[in-house]
Amino acid sequence: MLDWLYALWPGLETSVGLLSLQPPGWGGNLLRGAVASLQIALGAFALGLVIGTFGALGKLHGGPVTRDLLSVYTVVVRAVPELILILILYYAGTDLLNQALQAMGRRPVEISGVVAGIAVLGIVQGAYATEVLRGAIQSVPRGQLEAARAYGMGSVQVLRRVTFPAMLPLALPGLSNLWLIATKDTALLAIVGFSELTLETRQAAGSTRAYFTFFLAAGAIYLTMTLVSARLFNWIEARYRRGQVRQ
Amino acid sequence: MNARRLAEEIFVPHRLVMIAVAIGLLVWAGMAMRWHWIPRYYDLALQGLWRTIWLLGLSCLFGFMLAVPLGLAQAAGPRILAAPARAFCTVIRGTPILLQLWLIYYGIGSLFPQFPWIRESELWPYLRQAWPYALLALTLSFAGYEGEVMRGAFKSVPGGQLEAARSMGMGRFAIFRRIWFPQALQRALPTLGGETVLQLKATPLVATITVIDIYAVSSRVRQDTFIIYEPLLLLALIYLVIAGALALAFKLLEQRFNRGMVG
Repeated sequence: MLDWLYALWPGLETSVGLLSLQPPGWGGNLLRGAVASLQIALGAFALGLVIGTFGALGKLHGGPVTRDLLSVYTVVVRAVPELILILILYYAGTDLLNQALQAMGRRPVEISGVVAGIAVLGIVQGAYATEVLRGAIQSVPRGQLEAARAYGMGSVQVLRRVTFPAMLPLALPGLSNLWLIATKDTALLAIVGFSELTLETRQAAGSTRAYFTFFLAAGAIYLTMTLVSARLFNWIEARYRRGQVRQ
Repeated sequence: MNARRLAEEIFVPHRLVMIAVAIGLLVWAGMAMRWHWIPRYYDLALQGLWRTIWLLGLSCLFGFMLAVPLGLAQAAGPRILAAPARAFCTVIRGTPILLQLWLIYYGIGSLFPQFPWIRESELWPYLRQAWPYALLALTLSFAGYEGEVMRGAFKSVPGGQLEAARSMGMGRFAIFRRIWFPQALQRALPTLGGETVLQLKATPLVATITVIDIYAVSSRVRQDTFIIYEPLLLLALIYLVIAGALALAFKLLEQRFNRGMVG
């Protein structure tokens, strides 16, 4: 079926063979790596959103000490390379957990790569999400909040009915950016030996010497992920912007 | 006036307590943790630091030089130039830089030795080392991200300004040099400052292709001495200082560029 294409492009047949999903090919490994990457990215993004929500509320409504501690957190995380944070948090996290377990008289455990990856990237994402959400909450007009309070809504009700829906379209471009960063940052876990897409690719490429085939295939997978999710975020943003006046 | 405001911000009771706690932590770290390895690795660390800094500086410089035409092509170029420029930016921004680095180092690097004329050329001693590939990957990545930034910046310059320049009889090149580029750069500067810090945070990845930057030195210390936390914490502090210096430099640059601007 594809013979005419193979005749035109001699290297293509070997490439397709190498990428096939059955065992002599490495396609299955690449896809498993991609699923692991997506899992970690989703988990880290969700954790980052939780941290970011509390961080933003703390920065806006917290006491002076909370605010200062939160700015130390965001400044440090945004200035120190993720790779170093991953190493510090990975070693320190495993160490502290095992010491705590030992103090309780339990046996030390090996932390799974997925959990460690999600925790570490989530803490990194949390710092960026704090800033994104803080900016979005701040740009909700004060008059709307005052009006809500004048109607007798409590602070949780104001947050749920007014602040949240009004700030979401403002936060979505920043959050979409964060999600793209999360998918790409999962590649850093390759360096601490977690077999996500980039490490699987390197192993496949290293043992077959077909570097271009595998790295380009992995690039295509990453690109598909980012392009599809960018589309999705645009669609969500358009939905939430319905009925709003265009600036 | 400025110093007084700074003093007013610092001399608040809770901040004084926090600063005291921070100093206490630093002193404790200096006394209780193990730092005896520093003198032995001092020279290596300085070399690594220098390598990190020039990789950052050169990749930002070359990357920006590529980003200006990339942004211009997308903002105002004909479609035959705009489409490839946009594709380049999308691909760079859509894939992890680690993957780009490994593709360039392992992929292109393994291609070169097959050609005898490359091995006999004058460039071969350089192409056998890792840093040209690191510099190329970092440059292309910076160009991709900044091409997008410059596209927005070029587009945001009001059309009236360019029309006024044209009516004054300026040529295309003069308009670009005197009106369009300076105003676009002024708008892009705050973003560029943030992006430069992001580029700094990407530099330790070059350690994975055997370039000995400051991060690689700290890994060496960890492997040689089995001391885990101290080198990593010192490394984090070094990156914090560099990032702070970058932020300050861009702030000063912005002030210079904003002189004489309204608002």
